[in-house]
Amino acid sequence: MVCSVTPANANHVFRALADPTRRAIFEELTRQGEQTVHALTRYARVSQPAVSKHLTVLKRAKLVRHRREGRESHYRALPDALVPMVDWLDRYGAFWRERFDRLETLLDRMDK
Amino acid sequence: MTTNTAESRTLVVEREMPHSPEKIWRALTQSSLIQEWLMNNDFQSEVGHSFQFRSTPVPNWNGIIDSQVLVVEPLSRLSYSWNTMGMESVVSWTLTPTKGGTLVRMEHSGFPSEESASYKGAKYGWQNFIGKLENVLGGLD
Repeated sequence: MVCSVTPANANHVFRALADPTRRAIFEELTRQGEQTVHALTRYARVSQPAVSKHLTVLKRAKLVRHRREGRESHYRALPDALVPMVDWLDRYGAFWRERFDRLETLLDRMDK
Repeated sequence: MTTNTAESRTLVVEREMPHSPEKIWRALTQSSLIQEWLMNNDFQSEVGHSFQFRSTPVPNWNGIIDSQVLVVEPLSRLSYSWNTMGMESVVSWTLTPTKGGTLVRMEHSGFPSEESASYKGAKYGWQNFIGKLENVLGGLD
């Protein structure tokens, strides 16, 4: 199976995980499994509205899924969202092109 | 430009540079110069030499690439293994003199195929993802 992901989707994921608190919440969910918003609030040490806002961003990036049970919202991680981005070729393609730029910059400097 | 085979894929980056092969060879094989454009390293241009590239450690990745020199043909060919995160690959450099300078060709081969990429992705994706996140973010406006 070949997963394709549009740049827009990838950007959602990157942006969602760019924030350290969101990254911590996501990592906590991958480690601990399903968690309530209350538990995540205790873990993240920020206000519950802030946690809810972070969870909304993660949900939009399809990194987490939630379900309601009684009055509690339960969240769990969907780490599969990361898999389509794990394309070694693309990753290393960008890496090497950037290193080629640096190599050229160095070569120009060596002239002087 | 990429090549697909059943087991693995190869990444090729090629660029003509207005510099002599001698000078480019130095940049590719002198440890202190390699450090300036690629990564901190203890490279020595001697076949069989084991060395490491070291980048800044990040959570879940120690930033280390284990390598061994495979080919040294002064001014024309250089090759070393590139092993990190459980992925074994090979980086090969070829220098070809041109009218205006040198054609620099880099082949990075041994990438898992689509199928095993998904498999490995599931296994290593998260750790490596974080490792590269900062770089990628720099590219998003």
